[in-house]
Amino acid sequence: MVTTNTEIAYNSKIEGEVIVSRMDSIINWIRTNSMWPMPMGLACCAIELMGTASSRFDIARFGAEVMRFSPRQSDCMIVAGTVTYKMASAVRRIYDQMAEPKWVIAMGACASSGGMYRSYATLQGVDHIVPVDVYISGCPPRPEALLDALMKLQAKVRHERSATNLRRA
Amino acid sequence: MSATVDVLAVLKEKFPAATPRPSLDHPAVNLAAGDIPAALKFLRDEQGFDFLVDLTAVDWAEGVSPRFTVVYHLLSTGRHDYVRVATDCPSDEAPAVASVVSLWAGANWHEREVYDMFGINFTGHPDLRRILMWDGYPYHPLRKEFPLAGIDTPLPDAEIMAETGARVIAAPMAGGPFVASPGEINLTEAEPRAKDESWTERRAKPDA
Ligand code: SF4
Repeated sequence: MVTTNTEIAYNSKIEGEVIVSRMDSIINWIRTNSMWPMPMGLACCAIELMGTASSRFDIARFGAEVMRFSPRQSDCMIVAGTVTYKMASAVRRIYDQMAEPKWVIAMGACASSGGMYRSYATLQGVDHIVPVDVYISGCPPRPEALLDALMKLQAKVRHERSATNLRRA
Repeated sequence: MSATVDVLAVLKEKFPAATPRPSLDHPAVNLAAGDIPAALKFLRDEQGFDFLVDLTAVDWAEGVSPRFTVVYHLLSTGRHDYVRVATDCPSDEAPAVASVVSLWAGANWHEREVYDMFGINFTGHPDLRRILMWDGYPYHPLRKEFPLAGIDTPLPDAEIMAETGARVIAAPMAGGPFVASPGEINLTEAEPRAKDESWTERRAKPDA
């Protein structure tokens, strides 16, 4: 096809201040790139979570540097550490206080399965009390593993049908 | 590491029930439970053992009598001497010993922990509540009859339990715990070795 149009990029003079896209992509784009974590640091894994947040690994590159200690302002709970039965109720309550939409990353062996703590005091995996989106293996996981989990979560969110879900809600 | 004072002799003079206790390191002495606050006060005020390093307990297992022993570790910060004082609880069913919180404020949480883990009552304790497990937990986990995996009980928070359906479960031991028993076998060949093969995710727990 022969055309006189030589525009190869978006030209606001021709199309106006309008971008055509799908609601799903826009909402997901916003959600994935500002995923503020709720740092549920309960044991040694929390040290690695702090390492991931600081300059060497710099979780800010993925839009998740704003650790919110208020559940109301956070999107993704990172359970980093051993969840005891005594703490489990608090973890669930904090999860309940987070505004939708919300996600959970179980960081490390303890949060994923109880880890080496096969004992009377330890919850055998945080998925007993909250729905987990991504599990990370390791004791503790390397910061790269946490970043990988974050990227996996972002990939998952990118495929959510956010607009449809919004209409339904 | 011998004490500069013969603690046992000094104690024996004041508390005739005192007997020597086998010990590999520091001087140790057994006392009658009734003598406990007075003897520790004597050690603190007149023998210079001003620091309570630790307060713990031993469960010698069911059927053994006396079953529970409470152990105090004292340090003299002036002379750098340690002494270990132990006392058997008179009752095996409702073990109790007098609290020493009035002597060392630091004993408060130690006694709460021993109460929590062993179920030993410290009479005269100002606030004897559980410290590690939650209030209302029905067992004392460091007692010998309590299984490491734990016992099925409700979650501490009834609301969360109703919401999630989760319970405190007997943990899947997955062939563990992995412990070494020196002398029995060649450790380099046999580690890790299962002591309790109770159950795993794939194999059901055999009826006890
Ligand atoms: S997984 Fe390992 S590093 Fe992480 S909280 Fe458990 S014991 Fe600590």
